[in-house]
Amino acid sequence: MPDTNIKNLTMNFGPQHPAAHGVLRLVLEMDGEIIDRADPHIGLLHRGTEKLIEYKSYLQAVPYFDRLDYVAPQNQEHAFALAVERLAGIEVPPRGQYVRVLYAEIGRILNHILNITAYAMDVGAMTPMLWAFEEREKLMEYCERASGARLHMAYFRPGGVAADIPDSLVDDIAAWCETYPAMIDDLESLLTKNRIFKQRTVDIGVMTAEQCFDWGFTGPNLRASGVPWDLRRAQPYDVYDKLDFEIPVGKHGDCYDRYLVRMYEMRESVKIMKQCIEQMPAGPVKSADGKFAPPPRDEMKRSMEALIHHFKLYTEGYRVPEGETYAAVEAPKGEFAVYLVSDGTNRPYRCKIRAPGFAHLQAMDVMSKGHMLADVVANIGSLDIVFGEIDR
Amino acid sequence: MADPQPVQDIGEYVSGALEGAITSSEVAGGELTVHANRDDIVRVLTFLRDDVLCQFKILLDVCGVDYPERTKRFDVVYHLLSLTQNARIRVKVTTDEDTPVPSVTSVFNAANWWEREAWDLYGIFFAEHPDLRRILTDYGFEGHPLRKDFPLTGYVEVRYDDAQKRVVYEPVNLTQEFRNFDFLSPWEGIQQQLPGDEKATVDEETEEAGEES
Repeated sequence: MPDTNIKNLTMNFGPQHPAAHGVLRLVLEMDGEIIDRADPHIGLLHRGTEKLIEYKSYLQAVPYFDRLDYVAPQNQEHAFALAVERLAGIEVPPRGQYVRVLYAEIGRILNHILNITAYAMDVGAMTPMLWAFEEREKLMEYCERASGARLHMAYFRPGGVAADIPDSLVDDIAAWCETYPAMIDDLESLLTKNRIFKQRTVDIGVMTAEQCFDWGFTGPNLRASGVPWDLRRAQPYDVYDKLDFEIPVGKHGDCYDRYLVRMYEMRESVKIMKQCIEQMPAGPVKSADGKFAPPPRDEMKRSMEALIHHFKLYTEGYRVPEGETYAAVEAPKGEFAVYLVSDGTNRPYRCKIRAPGFAHLQAMDVMSKGHMLADVVANIGSLDIVFGEIDR
Repeated sequence: MADPQPVQDIGEYVSGALEGAITSSEVAGGELTVHANRDDIVRVLTFLRDDVLCQFKILLDVCGVDYPERTKRFDVVYHLLSLTQNARIRVKVTTDEDTPVPSVTSVFNAANWWEREAWDLYGIFFAEHPDLRRILTDYGFEGHPLRKDFPLTGYVEVRYDDAQKRVVYEPVNLTQEFRNFDFLSPWEGIQQQLPGDEKATVDEETEEAGEES
């Protein structure tokens, strides 16, 4: 037989592709239908967040964090708030901490609903999205009732949260916590034992624990490979050390296990929310230090001191003592961290955002090698990619 | 994070074991920072990853920080996490525009994109990096946007040109001059360093730099 020259086919996947979860451009080298090399091109949603933050006061920087991972905005703000509090040495009152944890878990469920259902849609199941988005809408309504915005809350501020939540809202969230597990059961009945779903995900994109370490995996993707690591447990922040919850761990590190871990995490999140509601004390939700947290509105009308504080906070902002810190939270996608360098002025000198998705997407090449083209879609879905945080 | 003693111990242990490669270590706010020699960074990270008492197996982050007033203007900051010790460590090296930093992709694959990012945004060159391309900025972008001397508004802007039926790049045209409000109150005490003082200290810094390289 004469030697024929077979060349690998280079294929462009995205940037406009419904399964690319945003603006991912994947350059795939294909040997027939087998992936030889996957080269993700990112940066199509780069907005220069880190540069912009260097030109804003600390308070003005908060809304930028909503726009990173816009699926679960609260959790990003949480990391920034913790970083500033750590540098400035501010204490958050207990109620503020509980409200934050409550909303951080709402963020986790928001994220997992979107990820699981969009992932299911990528591999061929449409119903989960239609069902679960109703729940997502309810959660966003709770966000709106707390902060005024459905999505970009700007609610977790250094020193606490922006405003207290009314009792009626707490009651409604408590009622939702009772009904939501039934919805998780419904979702599971659609996916967990579904033959097609399992065919598409079991043993696809397997990452061993060693590989996960090497590629900087964190969060559900690391836990799916059998590593019981969760910052909420290992390095607790706010009131997580007072709450009782379990950390689901996978066995195989494949796409299916990553789905299962997220599914169980939602149940644990509901558990955490219930405990928060139960234990939540009364009291202030933000620091009483007038140099960091704005005074209540009615006090401003009467007190000269409060008025001065308000004016100073919204013009100059507060100064953060010189220093640097690395504050990490267990965001729904993994370890989201802010490396904050302060030079003692009212603006961050450097604010590096450590996005979990950045590390995860990087491993696309090893995960996809030797798999079929259709499995790339399953891999992207299971990694939980959102471009807001990857491109920053 | 609450208990600073363990990280203090790790800091002393690491500086002892890596004599010569680590110049100093400190604990601030419960966080351990070690300063390493630039050329020894691969050795330092390999040790931190493989040593039984350290096991910093996850490289969480690599990033640059720019201090234009220094002779070695960039810091490259590595954040590592040890699951067994439940501890974090921050490793810092310094460099300037021309001096390459040895790439640590051979130690952690995860470093690949972060080093590309530091190259893209700061222009820090990483020697022996397998694939040092730009990552976040546009194809064909020029300059390193996160440097302190790069203007916030950038140099070019893009728009879709209907006549040419393509996206065109043009120099930035601001309808209003960029406004940078200086809200810092001048009333809060005299500055420690008066204008011109930095000239008096420049000799020390160059001496330090001379020692390092």
